[in-house]
Amino acid sequence: MKEEKVDVAVIGAGAAGLAAATVIAAAGRKALVIDREDFPGGILRQCIHSGFGLKYYHEELTGPEYAERATIAAQKAGASFALGCTVTDIQIDMMGEFTLVLLSAADGVRKVHADAIVLAMGCRERNRGNIATPGTRPAGVFTAGSAQKLLNLEGCLPGKTAVIVGSGDIGLIMARRLKWSGMEVKGVVEIMPHPSGLARNIAQCLEDFGIPLWLEHSVTRIIGRDRVEGVEVAPLNHGEPDMSRSFTLECDTLLYSVGLIPETELAQQAGVLLDRDTGGPLVDANYETSVSGIFSAGNVLHVHDLVDFVSEEATRMAHCVLARLDGAPSAEKVGNEVGSNLKYVVPAFHTPGATTNFSFRPLIIADEALLRAESEGKTIWEKKLRFVRPAEMISVTLPGELLGHAPITFHLQDTATR
Amino acid sequence: MIYDVAIIGAGVSGAATAWQLSRYELKTILLEKAADVGFGVSKANSGIVHGGFHHPVSSLKARLEIRGNLMFEKLHHELGFPFKRCGILVAAFSEEEMSQVRKLYNQGIANGVTNLEMCSHERMLALEPKLNSEVVGGFYCPGGGTVEPYRYVFSLVEFAVRNGTELLCNWHLTKGEYLGDHWRLTAADGGIVEARYVVNAAGLFADEVSRSCGGEEFRIHPRKGEEYLLDRSSKGCPSHVIFPVPTKHSKGVLVIPTSEGTTMIGPTADPVDDKLDTETTSAHLRRILDQVRSMVNGISHRDLITSFAGLRPVLDTEDFYIAPSQKAPAFIQVAGIQSPGLTASPAIGEYVKDLLKGEGLRLMEKLHIEYELSPRHEARHETIENLDKLHDEDPAWTHIICRCEKISEAEIVEAVRKGHTTVDGVKFYTRAGMGRCQGGFCSAKILKIISRESGIPMQELTKRGGSSRILYGTLGDLEVRL
Ligand SMILES: Cc1cc2nc3c(=O)[nH]c(=O)nc-3n(C[C@H](O)[C@H](O)[C@H](O)COP(=O)(O)OP(=O)(O)OC[C@H]3O[C@@H](n4cnc5c(N)ncnc54)[C@H](O)[C@@H]3O)c2cc1C
Ligand SMILES: Cc1cc2nc3c(=O)[nH]c(=O)nc-3n(C[C@H](O)[C@H](O)[C@H](O)COP(=O)(O)OP(=O)(O)OC[C@H]3O[C@@H](n4cnc5c(N)ncnc54)[C@H](O)[C@@H]3O)c2cc1C
Repeated sequence: MKEEKVDVAVIGAGAAGLAAATVIAAAGRKALVIDREDFPGGILRQCIHSGFGLKYYHEELTGPEYAERATIAAQKAGASFALGCTVTDIQIDMMGEFTLVLLSAADGVRKVHADAIVLAMGCRERNRGNIATPGTRPAGVFTAGSAQKLLNLEGCLPGKTAVIVGSGDIGLIMARRLKWSGMEVKGVVEIMPHPSGLARNIAQCLEDFGIPLWLEHSVTRIIGRDRVEGVEVAPLNHGEPDMSRSFTLECDTLLYSVGLIPETELAQQAGVLLDRDTGGPLVDANYETSVSGIFSAGNVLHVHDLVDFVSEEATRMAHCVLARLDGAPSAEKVGNEVGSNLKYVVPAFHTPGATTNFSFRPLIIADEALLRAESEGKTIWEKKLRFVRPAEMISVTLPGELLGHAPITFHLQDTATR
Repeated sequence: MIYDVAIIGAGVSGAATAWQLSRYELKTILLEKAADVGFGVSKANSGIVHGGFHHPVSSLKARLEIRGNLMFEKLHHELGFPFKRCGILVAAFSEEEMSQVRKLYNQGIANGVTNLEMCSHERMLALEPKLNSEVVGGFYCPGGGTVEPYRYVFSLVEFAVRNGTELLCNWHLTKGEYLGDHWRLTAADGGIVEARYVVNAAGLFADEVSRSCGGEEFRIHPRKGEEYLLDRSSKGCPSHVIFPVPTKHSKGVLVIPTSEGTTMIGPTADPVDDKLDTETTSAHLRRILDQVRSMVNGISHRDLITSFAGLRPVLDTEDFYIAPSQKAPAFIQVAGIQSPGLTASPAIGEYVKDLLKGEGLRLMEKLHIEYELSPRHEARHETIENLDKLHDEDPAWTHIICRCEKISEAEIVEAVRKGHTTVDGVKFYTRAGMGRCQGGFCSAKILKIISRESGIPMQELTKRGGSSRILYGTLGDLEVRL
């Protein structure tokens, strides 16, 4: 059994893991990036469309190009890689040293000892079973991301005519991708009154191709015994399908794009507590989880819409990892909460006096809005925002001198004059 | 060649019959119309090894249930399929229900079921802290358990095949003629099999098979049951199977800790007309959730990972019909195998064997029988030391394909080599794709391995045979029109 010792074990070689390893290795620390896939890049590898990197690299890149840059940066900084390796277990000894168990075809069982761990495992897709779509269980039902993988990495066509369930970004990107592959796309069915993907994807992936978007509609039944033959769709009336106005769309393929869930099983196994609002690990202002020495960033922490934010977040986190390795104490924790119109805030704690970047997921659509931080009944900070959408994460930085010893509650208010 | 026995249908009934017969010097053939064995009713049920207290022993189904239940331990040890005697609790939530529970308990005692225990409110909660605290009382049947039904069928068939039984899948019987001393069976594709005895174990289609062989006229009425599976992490996973007080037509909606650590809730019981109607509906999901939440705490729709429905093959008599045909010679009917068919199946196999003997089939025990299937390795159950050793034999043991269930490439290869070449077949054999992501991450990898090992091109792989193709073709097959 192969054993080795590193300073930091990074689990996941997606945008988050790569950015973290780059910073950690550049500082002279031994960083090992582990990924179950044979190539680094994570989800980016299958995102062959462009639109990545405008913020982080100041250039419009495709997913694989972004992944390549991030990989080369990590390699240049001196990070090493363990690819084709699945982490199946994290053990913690009495001295706080971690042992990771890696399984791979190349090396069998391999043990990696580390002083710190970065969790960058990304997320998984919600599927048909999770939302319990009624009907038959034929072949031809895919999650949008798995269809993307089949098409972009394996060159396989899933079918001839598709309907997309849910208007998440992956589904929108796939609508266009299917069109480009010669498939017919009958439409996108979304239960919410607003799309859950980015506005630019609605325009570029649906509108440009004349693909209908049915908002406030639900797939009420899957039809077809062996292979999908169609779906029954009904408009929603106060949340309930109005069957008197239902209609059938014939198709042989269904793609689900109904949300992403942080991949936290390994984290939970290591004893890391989760944040109810994000589904990801609960972290402090250092991105350190409830288990001292385990840090987290990227989609496993909370689901991001832009990879650039993932790289930025992981970079910030990596500096905190370095500081902790150099002996800095763990962060003092004062709780943050979300009030009106916000789904979550990350990190869930701040440290008095430390300048902190906060990420939020809004629950409302507003062309103009006010984001406000409130502490001990007083507004301590506020910022005007434009074009707030649930599809788009909000990221702001609050100066350390405003962050005191009292908890902060964040509120979002629609301020557009109608 | 003329076989001694041809068994129509490779569900639990047919498979258990083959398992029994394979111990004797007989040439037996198992004929199944689906792409793999166990793809009928036997893959879509609650997986419970019932306790033997639900029906009076005057019924054949109760007698075989009680006998079958007792046979599971040994079978589990010999054949290695997942089985746990986790026990059953019947929970009452009113005094009225409590009097029903007492009747059930008395019936169990009368049936000769041992170790039954009447339980107070306190005892129920001590046994199962996840029960709703409003439980009035109930009873405990430690002899009940759960099994992975498809794995069980695979094991029975594997045992039979190991010991000389032949198996033909994609073999759809359309006609049977008795030629004076043997049967000539014809398949939809024109295939012919000849055998001296025929066992009709065709589940939902036993009426059609009987008719096409000139046997008795009867009708199988499908009774649908929807089931929903919850993630391993569900806080509502009890440590016993939880039953409500039963109704006339069903044992009610249950909370089941499966032998693989997930939680299942269901089934419903509704008559349907169509023998292929396995649709699930949101109204039933809601009803199931309401009913189980009133019994057990911590069950949430957020933990749902998948759903399915199965059809119980029911006769008007509500009992099993296992008997030599009075019309067709050398023909054994195994029909109406509704619940508790799974539980009863080992005893069904034995019973059918005895009926065949009664009809003149000579049974001579084989000198050499391979009683035990070689134990199967599963990466998720191995220690890392063992995994490292397995890796030395075959590196595929430490190549994890299905992350949610921790299934290695070696297990998938083994499934394909054992003849499971559909995606569902591999899933049922290995659990790959059965976890929380339902194959979202690994389906492309699994398709590639099945294709590589079976030689079937990716494009032609199916979910469960027939026209259930997974993919349409390759990029470039469709003309792009924008
Ligand atoms: C389909 C899609 C389209 C997108 N489109 C855009 C876009 O147009 N523009 C944009 O800016 N952003 C886009 N994004 C967002 C952005 O690309 C992602 O949020 C970002 O790449 C996520 O990076 P990550 O490192 O957190 O996760 P991932 O990229 O998912 O990486 C996680 C890695 O961890 C590995 N892993 C997990 N568990 C283990 C384990 N136990 N052992 C070993 N390895 C493990 C996984 O194999 C994976 O490689 C898109 C995202 C998706 C999914
Ligand atoms: C929802 C539900 C829950 C249940 N729960 C339980 C439980 O918890 N415990 C329990 O003990 N029992 C339970 N049961 C009952 C149990 O599942 C059945 O009794 C049992 O599976 C029946 O097995 P079988 O082999 O008779 O039928 P099947 O499994 O249907 O096998 C018949 C086979 O015959 C094949 N066939 C049909 N026609 C032809 C033909 N013409 N040519 C060739 N092959 C043919 C079919 O393809 C099929 O594979 C449940 C049933 C349902 C529906």
